[in-house]
Amino acid sequence: MAGSSIPVPGGLGATEVAAAEAEGTWLEVLHSWIVTVDHKKLGIMYVLYAMLFLVIGGIEAIIIRIQLFFPDNHFVSAETFNRIFTMHGTTMIFFVAMPITFGFGNYLLPLMLGVRDMAFPRLNAFAFWMSAFGGLLLYYSFIGGVGLQGAGSAPDVGWWAYSPLTSRAFSRGHSTDYWAISLIVSGFGSIGVGINFIATAFCTRCKGMTLFRMPLLPWLYVVQSFLILLAVSPLTAAQVMLTIDRYLGGHFFDTQAGGSALIWAHFFWIFGHPEVYVLIMPSFAVLNEVVPVFSRKAIFGYPAMVAASVAIAFVSLGVWAHHMFTIGMTSVGNAFFVLSTMVVGIPTGIKIFNWIATMWGGKIRYATAMLFCVGFLVQFLIAGLTGIILSIAPFNWQLHNSYFVIAHFHYVIVGGILFAMFGGIYYWFPKVTGRMLDERLGKWNFWLFVIGFHLCFDVMHVPGVLGMPRSIYTYEADRGWTTLNQIVSVGAAIQGIAIAILVYNIIRSCLKGAVAGPDPWDAWTLEWTTSSPPPPYNFAIEPVVHSRRPLWDLKHPNDPDEPLEEGMIHSGGKSPS
Amino acid sequence: MSHAVHGHVSDPEWRLPSRGRVGMFSLIVAESAIFVIFVVAYVYNIGRSTYGPQPRQVLELPILNTIFLLSSSFTIVMAERALVKRAMAAFKAWWALTIVLGAIFLLGTGREWSKLINVDHLTISTNLFGTTFYSLVGLHASHVIVGLIMLTTVLIFALTGALKPEHTEKVEVLAIYWHFVDWVWVVVFTVVYVIGR
Repeated sequence: MAGSSIPVPGGLGATEVAAAEAEGTWLEVLHSWIVTVDHKKLGIMYVLYAMLFLVIGGIEAIIIRIQLFFPDNHFVSAETFNRIFTMHGTTMIFFVAMPITFGFGNYLLPLMLGVRDMAFPRLNAFAFWMSAFGGLLLYYSFIGGVGLQGAGSAPDVGWWAYSPLTSRAFSRGHSTDYWAISLIVSGFGSIGVGINFIATAFCTRCKGMTLFRMPLLPWLYVVQSFLILLAVSPLTAAQVMLTIDRYLGGHFFDTQAGGSALIWAHFFWIFGHPEVYVLIMPSFAVLNEVVPVFSRKAIFGYPAMVAASVAIAFVSLGVWAHHMFTIGMTSVGNAFFVLSTMVVGIPTGIKIFNWIATMWGGKIRYATAMLFCVGFLVQFLIAGLTGIILSIAPFNWQLHNSYFVIAHFHYVIVGGILFAMFGGIYYWFPKVTGRMLDERLGKWNFWLFVIGFHLCFDVMHVPGVLGMPRSIYTYEADRGWTTLNQIVSVGAAIQGIAIAILVYNIIRSCLKGAVAGPDPWDAWTLEWTTSSPPPPYNFAIEPVVHSRRPLWDLKHPNDPDEPLEEGMIHSGGKSPS
Repeated sequence: MSHAVHGHVSDPEWRLPSRGRVGMFSLIVAESAIFVIFVVAYVYNIGRSTYGPQPRQVLELPILNTIFLLSSSFTIVMAERALVKRAMAAFKAWWALTIVLGAIFLLGTGREWSKLINVDHLTISTNLFGTTFYSLVGLHASHVIVGLIMLTTVLIFALTGALKPEHTEKVEVLAIYWHFVDWVWVVVFTVVYVIGR
């Protein structure tokens, strides 16, 4: 340990945990959270904000499933149903999945890189509040604007909002405007986050942390951030066009004036497909941290993981029109988008094999965090396979806009992204709060979620193959979809219970969970060297690292990681000589 | 390998890229993506406008205007060089000239729009051409406005003496943004006035 300035785990800060916190009246505490530029507080706020919207979007999902439980059901009106599924989709993508990944990145990037804060702390706070106000604006649509019927005037055009349905003539009132403007506002927030993550990973690293000594999580967030810059910006541009059409009488998507409804679909999916990878990169990031620690092995194929992530990002920018096979393209266009979509499977496969290779021969501990990650591996693989199925144009013509598609992307977003994020919550909760999440409740949470998930989304493929279209209000009894839909709804309810257990577990463990200590998982990255929760300044002494697993080096001074940097890319720092 | 293991980072200067520059380049990537979408919308819709004024009938080449804006890229480089040399008087002069050139460009755009609206009766809602033209040129003009506000802020700081040599890098980062605004105009000019006419 000679010459190292990394404090021994538990050796530092345990006594000075957040001394400045929790003082003053509740008003002062509230004020300190609202004006904060601290990456940890903003990260926590992002995650709490996402959890709030997860519950709201979940309630909307339950309403959808109650409506579809019986044939010819009228639990809600058809107008309300349209609003509910539009709000469900928009909420889950923009106000659950995006902020929860931003929350993890915000909290973890500076800690993993061994620095005090993000590159631009004030931009960070600005971005959070833009996202937060975007969400409030979206939900204000229920009471704002001209009330129509049922659920007020929330948007009812679907989360993809195809033109010409969004034109002034067909979408009266302000519902679509609330949708567009809330996404512009939160989009600016997302772009701010992207800029901040890139600048943080490239420009604020502790001594010795070359780019190829960074843990994989910051790497994946860099890739995510570039995708945000290249994908969310087009959405913002398209929303500006839509707003020009609706407010200033423009003709971008007005076919009567020569405009094109088709180009909206292109613009939307130029955003929409990379968006999936914006969300999945942080999930990969969580797996890259959790799987090695709970397998007691270093990650297998670190450079391949980085390269595969970058490759996925590149390819994902050229696959958007596979959402548009049924709109009609030339054979060349079809072939291109079929092949480019299938190519995504190659780097993704590399990643899955790397995780399996990391687990192979390891001493696996099935804590709840690891269980969620193993769940991710299985489910994300299946989601990828149905994705390959859907990428085949003729098959897509048959299944497009059916429940098969809904099942496929929920497999990605729930079975992949949400599982990984829940794993991340179980893994880093001790660091954030200083207390462990209850493992017994965690097992209940995991198994109920797995059972509910598979009941719901495995079965959902079948009505899709049988021809049940998405976004459908109700169906006739003689279609043979009734039992299947009832199983799906039961699965949804079980997932709801699992999430309620998670919320209960979080609240309960915050109050009386076992004290975690700085390094409860015997992990290897820098965030575990500081106390739990970390002090506002993160590290009392600036860390210096010599390898990818600085904590491993500290714990095993006789068997440290090989310095791998010779001949690899690094910015400025020389390799140890 | 033990020497490598216990070796500390031998380079005392742990140098990292400037976060201002990296942040600005990231912003430019995002801005470029926004412009690409508007440019694609413009190019896709060339000649599709079914009624009302057409580009060939109403647009004139804003050559003088273009020269003013592009030369401001040169003057801002001169200003930066002066700042590095701590020649504050030269810096203020070049910087002010940059602002004047940008303002002239903006005035030129204003005169063009005024003619289009009052003489040719082309507004953003008149036809598809009007929609794409005003939104693309307007998107660029709004970036010029933002740039001018920031340039003017720096000029005020320079005139009051608040601009210190240690702010050089921040000024340079702002200059990167101004170069971006200038070179986007080359794209807009080509698309709107050359290809689109």
